[in-house]
Amino acid sequence: MKIIGKLLLALALLALATGAMAGTLEKVQQSGELVLGVSEGVAGFSAPDSNGKWAGFDVDMGHAVAAAVLKNADAIKFVPLASKQKIVAVSSGQVDLSRGTTWTMKRDCKQGVDFTVVLFYDGQGLMVKKSLGVTKATELDGASVAVVSGTTSELNVADFARANNIKLETVVFESKKEAFNAYVAGRTDAFTTDVSQLASLRAGAANPGEHIILPETFSKEPLSPFVRHGDQQWKDLVTWVLFGLIEAEEKGITQANVLDMKAKSQDPAVQRLLGATGDVGSFVGLDNDWLVRAIQAVGNYGEMYDRSFGPKTALNIPRGHNNLWTKGGLIYAMPIR
Amino acid sequence: MSEIKTFVPTPDSPPPLTSTGVLRWLRDNLFSSWFNSLLTLLALALLVRVVPPLVSWALVHAVWTGGPGVCDDASGACWAFIAAKARVMLIGTYPPELAWRPLAAGALLAGVVAATVSGRCKKRVLTGLWPVFFAAALWLVGGGAGLETVDQSRWGGLMLSLGLAAVGILVSVPLGILLALGRRSGMGGVSAVCIGFIELVRGVPLITILFMASVMMPLFLPPNFQINNLLRVQVGIILFSSAYIAEVVRGGLQAIPKGQIDAAKALGLSPWMVTVFVVLPQAVRHVLPALIGRCIALFKDTSLVIIVGLLDFLGMAKAASQDQLWLGHEVEGYVFCAAVYWVICFGMSRYGRSLEKRGPQTNR
Repeated sequence: MKIIGKLLLALALLALATGAMAGTLEKVQQSGELVLGVSEGVAGFSAPDSNGKWAGFDVDMGHAVAAAVLKNADAIKFVPLASKQKIVAVSSGQVDLSRGTTWTMKRDCKQGVDFTVVLFYDGQGLMVKKSLGVTKATELDGASVAVVSGTTSELNVADFARANNIKLETVVFESKKEAFNAYVAGRTDAFTTDVSQLASLRAGAANPGEHIILPETFSKEPLSPFVRHGDQQWKDLVTWVLFGLIEAEEKGITQANVLDMKAKSQDPAVQRLLGATGDVGSFVGLDNDWLVRAIQAVGNYGEMYDRSFGPKTALNIPRGHNNLWTKGGLIYAMPIR
Repeated sequence: MSEIKTFVPTPDSPPPLTSTGVLRWLRDNLFSSWFNSLLTLLALALLVRVVPPLVSWALVHAVWTGGPGVCDDASGACWAFIAAKARVMLIGTYPPELAWRPLAAGALLAGVVAATVSGRCKKRVLTGLWPVFFAAALWLVGGGAGLETVDQSRWGGLMLSLGLAAVGILVSVPLGILLALGRRSGMGGVSAVCIGFIELVRGVPLITILFMASVMMPLFLPPNFQINNLLRVQVGIILFSSAYIAEVVRGGLQAIPKGQIDAAKALGLSPWMVTVFVVLPQAVRHVLPALIGRCIALFKDTSLVIIVGLLDFLGMAKAASQDQLWLGHEVEGYVFCAAVYWVICFGMSRYGRSLEKRGPQTNR
């Protein structure tokens, strides 16, 4: 089965390499819509709202790209993709851009996709009850932790415990929901899975305020939108639109003040970014207002984050690693010049 | 004249209390032996433990109406979630301003189903009605020819489940019958192909077929020749179902005594007419219960399409529970889905029973 799979993949890559595929940018501009791969419903990232409109962090990312490329943030065709489909759907050209997914070497090098910019640093974290009085994971010596079976979670917890010289007793459950319920019912002291999942389960619990997510994470899940391998022009475009949103937060450009900033700002970096001077838009095959439109559509990176995960939302995930590099996080845009 | 005395017998005394009414019923059905008494008591104890919390969750402490956040402090079910998400669960991400179109298609479906179930329409009329209905429903939902086009990626919810199941049933039953006939036909090539197809498809799970259709096929097709995902999945479901139906129908074909075929031939009927007028009607009648069973199974199998990214009824219920404003209400969504699935499947099963009862004459 594995060999067959590899053979198929090789064939597909060969077809990609030899077949004359039209550039994605051209295709998107001709059809007038961006085909965006979303999830089948993951809280905060992409889920249909009560009116059947897709909303969430990945959806906003798509709106920004659509606004930059098509001058219409809503010109998007949403295609829900199961996790087993998403890579093939992008590498075979069914979708132009896919929701954020963990950036791994294998996916990047061997599965026909290219990653753009990490927009969300997820990772395995711990949730405990507030009443426990714990504020750091290292204070959990002797605690029992609910983990989900068949994942690397269990291993990660053991590694973390050994590295910090504390004892953690893992209790394994079949599913996330089951593990979470056991933790809520008091069968274990803590519960571990990816932080975004912790937040989503917490928001659905009876008393979300009773639980806190500890600041430490002990696995790397960098979620990055990705595009088809080999279409450099399109990859560059998506990458720099996303860098632009991050740079906008760093420079204090928001959805509300973007036009004002464009007219009045004296900062040469801001002038370049918003197309008041220079021609950076042409580097990615677009006009000079490309980033103005993207920021008008969804705001800067921080606004986008707050809309889906901020303190006013049910998820309420602290910025943590996802803060700007200037504020102790990992979010860093390459210079736009 | 002396009065004639008539003998008035005293009325029968009533049977002992323990052999009539409720007590008798209780004794016969629930406490007929010590073992049954024990089972009854255990069952009662279980009911007492389960039913009150269930009623309190589903009815007493439930929240029926309201917007997001209304259920935050409720200890019961949040039926307001179902009310808020009804649109998404029924028609998925279909554009709200065009919602009347799938609803109209649904009304048409209800009409056609009513006409079929009532049994008053002639078979010929029904055979014509269904394809016309499908064309109309496809036009209403998909658009084109005067209506705004709505892309397949926006179809979802119960609408998608019913569509996949209805097309699946109406195409795979005739296809299955053809396969069964092909398998039994004397022609070597045809029967080999039919046997090969049936055994191949029956040898793999539906999930594998869906994966092949959805994940593998795009790898082989050239990039600018992409068949729409829904169509691929629908074809997969039809092929899977027709292989099973073929085997069910074959069982019925084998039950027809050879004498009947010989007799029909002796009357001068062509082999084709023998099959259509003598063998098939009886064979299908024999296997009707199993056939209805396959159709119900197919309807329920459509919920597997979530693994290839199609958000059907169940998938939409799950996706809807991931809305930030309504987190944590999957259970209500699943209960609602279970209820709707049960109603539809029970309806199909009742219709099957009524078909079995109709005599061969009225079935013409």
